[in-house]
Amino acid sequence: MSDINTGMVEKYRNNFLKEVEANVEEGDWVKMCMQCGVCSGSCPMGPYWDHPPQELFMMIRAGKRDEVLTSTSMWMCTSCYNCIVRCPRELPITHIMHGLAHYATRLGIEPKGQPTRQFAQLFWDNLAKNGRVNELWLGVNLYFMNGLVEGIKVAMGMAGIGFGMLKAGRLSLKELVGGHTVKDKKGFKAMIKKAQELEAARIDNAQ
Amino acid sequence: MSDIVATNQTILVVGGGISGMTAALEAAEVGKQVIVIEKTPSVGGRVTRLYKYFPKLCFPTCGLEINQRRMAANKNITVLTMAEVTDLQGEAGNYTATVKVSPRYVNANCTACGACGDVVAAEFDDEFNYNMSKHKGAYLPHNMAMPKRYVLDPGIIGTDDAQKAKDACKYDAIDLDMQEETIQLKAGAVIWATGWRPYDANKIQPYGYDRIDNVITSVEFERLMDPFGPTGGKLVRPSDGKEAKNVAFIQCAGSRDINYLKHCSRICCMASLKQSTYVSEKYGDDADVSIYYIDIRAIDRFDNFYQKVQQDKNVTFIKSKVANIVENKANGNPVLNGVDTEGYHRYQNEHDLVVLAIGMEPSVDKDTFPIELKVNDEGFIEFDEVNGGVFAAGCSSDALDVNRAVQSATASALRAIQVVNKVAQAEGQ
Repeated sequence: MSDINTGMVEKYRNNFLKEVEANVEEGDWVKMCMQCGVCSGSCPMGPYWDHPPQELFMMIRAGKRDEVLTSTSMWMCTSCYNCIVRCPRELPITHIMHGLAHYATRLGIEPKGQPTRQFAQLFWDNLAKNGRVNELWLGVNLYFMNGLVEGIKVAMGMAGIGFGMLKAGRLSLKELVGGHTVKDKKGFKAMIKKAQELEAARIDNAQ
Repeated sequence: MSDIVATNQTILVVGGGISGMTAALEAAEVGKQVIVIEKTPSVGGRVTRLYKYFPKLCFPTCGLEINQRRMAANKNITVLTMAEVTDLQGEAGNYTATVKVSPRYVNANCTACGACGDVVAAEFDDEFNYNMSKHKGAYLPHNMAMPKRYVLDPGIIGTDDAQKAKDACKYDAIDLDMQEETIQLKAGAVIWATGWRPYDANKIQPYGYDRIDNVITSVEFERLMDPFGPTGGKLVRPSDGKEAKNVAFIQCAGSRDINYLKHCSRICCMASLKQSTYVSEKYGDDADVSIYYIDIRAIDRFDNFYQKVQQDKNVTFIKSKVANIVENKANGNPVLNGVDTEGYHRYQNEHDLVVLAIGMEPSVDKDTFPIELKVNDEGFIEFDEVNGGVFAAGCSSDALDVNRAVQSATASALRAIQVVNKVAQAEGQ
């Protein structure tokens, strides 16, 4: 368990709802849920969640901290926004799902090996490097996410599409070395650093 | 119309539904002069379209008849049907209303014998039955219509049907030369009792009211039970006339939802509980009712009724707001999708018929009132000094059941009486 996580457990004790309100993006909306269930029923990924949004909200209120934060559920959200559109109380459910996922990651207790989470991390690492997404490397990293053998298999399977993209100019082999960047890469890095400092300070304050 | 006497001591009641009738009777029976303006060809409003009342499950026709007799016997009440208030000017104690009276083409000679209806061929959507059936071009609005007088649909005027109807009438009751009239009426106080209308179910797109035949609204379901209604009192579904034994009710259809109506419409829970008894009434133990709800709002003494329905083994309560409805093309059954809150089980439930417990909205659009009134976000008239001598009664003031609408109407009658009493004092009478 990370230090931050221990700190948060100490601080909020049995009041997980308060913890969510203070630390999770849009978390103060959780108490507004009236448990109608229209979000869960409207979710296209619904059948694949362990706990649909409505249940997560109830679990938060019931103080089921570990079950919620280590759950793979909120990682299943594809940001289709169907739930927000249908929610009779206009809860920003999509944002809360991402907020919970992000908070769990910050605490270091997110579910390991969850593919959506892994892809999100790959995407971020890729983007944070140059300020632009390097699609070639993102693809390669994604294919080899589950090991060398699996990677080669996937890459072979996708070869046709890859060559097509190369031909159409949608993919460039030049991306293998360096790749394209934002104009002011130094400024971009400084911006990310500052944002991370602010975020770290916020967590410290919260503890 | 020139024989109508209206002064600053007259109380004008806008709307002749249960609230308007009640307010008019309360004021008239203490000696006040009352004029009732009713938009449709007969009084009684939406109550005339109900099969039974909750919680006693008695027939509204009973109380309606009593009220109609009271009205007919009272010389202080003048009723103008097919009339609408188009303008209202003035202040408490001194109002002038402009009233547009549409031609009925039938005068007071009518005995409701029905000879005109027999000879007319043209048919029109019957709004009384929420357009689930047709009425003839010459028709009686419904069996208990007051005034009990036929109406010619404007659609047949100028056609052969109109002449046929006139020729068939033995009482010289049909006057094809009637014209629309605009009259002005004085009034000291106004009781605004324009009532409600069901929320437009087409706006709730996931429920497919416009796409699926066997998804209907609660007001339509009510009409199915009427022996004189569109199905002759048979509880059958629209698509194929199959007996509707497995019926689902969806609560909060339009209500309590920021995307539709923000307010709780108050009547729908009790309406569905009541309507669940209709299915049992028709099919006994073959009835299979499911009620999908967020929470059942059966307040005060209504809780007894709720408990009674809960004990009915043919009624299942499912705590869930249904996410969407699709149609099983093979048999026309609506399929309900959602997740329940008691265990978070994902369901796909098929029913013969789905009834949307539709929300209640004011029948007059916000911002279209002819005079300045304090109106809340939902379009209901608030009690406020700004309103002067205009008092809202019944569902123009809030989403109310009949019982509370009548209480509200009585209160507004009392307020209106106080205004005209002041006028009387000032005029030294």
